Amino acid sequence: MIRLWLPLVVLLLWAAAALGAQLLPLTPNLIQLEQILATPEAGAVLGYDDLGRAIDARIIVGARTSFLVSIWVVGLSLLVGTLLGTVTAFHGGWWDRVAVLGVDIFLAFPGILLAIALAGLLGPGIGNVVIALTAVGWVGYARLARAQVLSLQHREHVQAAVALGSSKWRIIRRHLLPLMLAPLIVEATFGIAAVVIAEAGLSFLGLGVQPPTASWGAMIRDGARYMLVAPHMVLAPGMAILAVVLSVNLLGDRLRDKLDTRMTARTGTQS
Amino acid sequence: MPAYLVQRLGSALLVMFGVVSLVFLLIHLIPGDPIEVMLGESASGADREALRAALGLNQPLPVQYLDYLGGLLQLDLGTSIHFRRPVSELLLERLPATGLLAAASLLVTVLLALPLGIMAAVRRNTIWDSGAMGFSMLGVSIPNFWLGPLLILVFSLWLGWFPVSGQSGFGSVVLPALTLGTGLTAVLSRMVRSSMLEVLGEDYIRTARAKGLPPHRVVLRHGLRNALLPVITLLGLQLGALLAGAVITETVFSWPGVGLLMIEAIQSRDYPVVQACVLLISLSYVIVNLLTDIAYAWVDPRIRLGTPP
Repeated sequence: MIRLWLPLVVLLLWAAAALGAQLLPLTPNLIQLEQILATPEAGAVLGYDDLGRAIDARIIVGARTSFLVSIWVVGLSLLVGTLLGTVTAFHGGWWDRVAVLGVDIFLAFPGILLAIALAGLLGPGIGNVVIALTAVGWVGYARLARAQVLSLQHREHVQAAVALGSSKWRIIRRHLLPLMLAPLIVEATFGIAAVVIAEAGLSFLGLGVQPPTASWGAMIRDGARYMLVAPHMVLAPGMAILAVVLSVNLLGDRLRDKLDTRMTARTGTQS
Repeated sequence: MPAYLVQRLGSALLVMFGVVSLVFLLIHLIPGDPIEVMLGESASGADREALRAALGLNQPLPVQYLDYLGGLLQLDLGTSIHFRRPVSELLLERLPATGLLAAASLLVTVLLALPLGIMAAVRRNTIWDSGAMGFSMLGVSIPNFWLGPLLILVFSLWLGWFPVSGQSGFGSVVLPALTLGTGLTAVLSRMVRSSMLEVLGEDYIRTARAKGLPPHRVVLRHGLRNALLPVITLLGLQLGALLAGAVITETVFSWPGVGLLMIEAIQSRDYPVVQACVLLISLSYVIVNLLTDIAYAWVDPRIRLGTPP
């Protein structure tokens, strides 16, 4: 049982921190020079960073960054990818061939390489991070949606709908999409874990959100320079990322077993 | 075989052409004037026009595209704005370091993933199994850019076994390779486990056991050999994740490879170098996948003869 509720608690905390961050009286950007690199104490349980800012407040605000980015990226990718994959696969012919080629071209850029290049060219900012990660993220859903349509379109109920003269859009919406939902949801769950790592990765490279906005990845980047004197600067944000990603992955595994979708070898986007 | 080979080669060429086109467009897709971004607002009009002419950005787009393709065919990737040297020269300098890192990470992966996966499969549903799979889950979830600093903290700063960063001597590759290999080890050990479990249920394994072969011989010779095929395919696919991960890992350890070059180029707004790095990494990924597929077809007659496996 602990394997179910512990991840759930972590994710609820993550969402609560993200959505409630603005309601709390936090001062993530308040600089206290006398506290520079101070180790954990009663007032600030996680200590202070190299500019004398409270790390616990920055972790909470960083949760907001990673939560918002992952919701936007996974939402947009799911929408664009599913729509594109479903429509082109169901239409068939040249539409399908062009779409497959497009997916293959985007898949040729390994992992978040394309996102790194895009984010680098677009410049820092949370909107650009979402654009860069969505440009990489839609492909997986498009491929999955296409595979689903190809296996579903010969089912009898779809053939019946075609014979009855239903419009293509109606068939997709009423007869295909509901059956495709389960595997897409499982994929999207793992997608959240990938985006949390990718966002932090971009921020670690200095290509993510603009300072002084807090991001877990940027906190690790700042802390790596002071590791010998203040290891707490690196440990806290890393634990936060690990906790969220591990929880999402554990729940994703449960969900996959429950929905029993057979997935082919996943080519994860480990960064 | 020839028909499959031609078809696979053709699609790979088409994809490579698409990758080249997309990388070319990358610099034109971003809003605003790339010249302005590269030089900053203080540059004089004459300097801007000079750089624009040097990069060929004053030409119409189709002409630029053809120039770019023509240059690529002669392995001319343009000139670095920052270093004022041919980009191909820079890449050649950085390539060995990335190659060494990738090879060392693959070695780490194979050395760790095979024993872990085999142990988990043979001792299925025991504490060994759940331990190995728990480690694998942790390995997938831990980001490179955190594992790297952690390893530096423990093994370089506290224990002093390895250098903190850079490329100096044999020991310096250990921590970067461990960092980069962990994610891949996690994915691969799961694959080894499930593939072994499938094979260990086969009749010929029962036969081998029944005729009294020692257990290790059954597992390694009759089991592992047959379980390796899907594992090798996955290894080819995952090499991409390895190459992309190298960008971050090289940054963590200041490892002087292509990935670090790319990040440096992004920071100094050296767009021709960024384009070339993306191109090099992606094209090598496409080629590795092509070779994996061809090797697979060579081994497995079902694919080369065109019948579904």
